[in-house]
Amino acid sequence: MATDSALFEFLLRQGDNSLVLGHRLSEWCGMGPALEEDIALANTALDLIGQTRLWLSYAGEVEGAGRSEDDLAYLRDAYDFRNALLLEVPNEDFGRTILREFFFDAFQLPWLHALIDSADERVAEIAAKSAKEASYHLERSAETVIALGDGTDESNAKMTAALTYLWPFAGELMVDDEVDHAIAEAGVAPLPSTIKPAWNATISGTFKEALLTRPDSDFAHAGGRNGFRHTEHLGHMLAQMQVLQRSHPGAAW
Amino acid sequence: MVEAQTISEAQVWEWLEDVPDPEIPVISVVDLGVIRDVDVSDEGVIVTITPTYSGCPAMSIISLDVELALAKRGLEKVHFKTRLSPAWTTDWLSEKGRASLEDYGIAPPQPAGGPERCPHCQSKNVEKVSQFGSTACKAQWRCRDCLEPFDYFKCI
Ligand SMILES: [Zn+2]
Repeated sequence: MATDSALFEFLLRQGDNSLVLGHRLSEWCGMGPALEEDIALANTALDLIGQTRLWLSYAGEVEGAGRSEDDLAYLRDAYDFRNALLLEVPNEDFGRTILREFFFDAFQLPWLHALIDSADERVAEIAAKSAKEASYHLERSAETVIALGDGTDESNAKMTAALTYLWPFAGELMVDDEVDHAIAEAGVAPLPSTIKPAWNATISGTFKEALLTRPDSDFAHAGGRNGFRHTEHLGHMLAQMQVLQRSHPGAAW
Repeated sequence: MVEAQTISEAQVWEWLEDVPDPEIPVISVVDLGVIRDVDVSDEGVIVTITPTYSGCPAMSIISLDVELALAKRGLEKVHFKTRLSPAWTTDWLSEKGRASLEDYGIAPPQPAGGPERCPHCQSKNVEKVSQFGSTACKAQWRCRDCLEPFDYFKCI
């Protein structure tokens, strides 16, 4: 069995990835470029926030300090978050929002499928539930990347700019550290690096259709999953996301 | 108030048949397949619910509606359990529920991943507008014959 502290870290990573991406996507609510896209982004955000609740409530139980999912979401500071940096950078425009989600979905779907075999029963259950939703997310984000990449000159230029910006953030999802090794030894999850072949295949196949060129560099920013160094953007995002609980502690409705 | 132990589980199931889904009121929460277990004991009634989508806001309303419906019958000690595994699947929609959905204008889920036909004119000439719709469980489709848009209950 993994030590409780490694398991707690692992669950925070799971929950914070869903929470931060879910919040970023929710920023589109009412602002989507078309009604269908607005609805799709809001629905995806809702799925992710729902998954966050499952991961963070389990994290709170494992920690054993009496913190609820809400305490973990609304009362931690940026340096206590364990999401990948990719998920916290600003949306910028629709193209970058979709490409970021696609990079995540291409990782998350095979990752959740692998977690279904977890030695930790609760992790396996949450993964099985979430994987069903993630398959719809990937289907749509991949289709939309293709539509925008293989769209007009302008949409292709915007996707190329988004790719240049996001690419150095994508790798962090699949770089292993000591927490990942402890979790893998306990049979809770495989090493994130084992997802790389599946991720590469999805990226290459979609990019080919989207007329996008995969950058050569494999440089990857790090510091989100271990909380060592988040970007300045996370603090701004949390300021908005947490303002109500910070201003009115314990507010409920 | 009635004593829980004098009520049969079958009776509770029957009462729950009258509790409509808050978002699609033509089907009951039993037809939707989210009620997995009803347990009557000295402690009261335990209703086990499996959520449809992780973030579905209707789930807390469903618990509330079930609690109110049972309170109306005099059952005051109602407890809820959430069961994640096995995950909810559209296979759990009852036949009655599927037929009611189609009557209401929502195409029921199909294993093939798309609606079998337009719920308005029964044409099979249909196309997807978006994999996401008005609620987490629905996609938007359109009929190429009668030109009406319609909701499709997604297969998961
Ligand atoms: Zn029709």
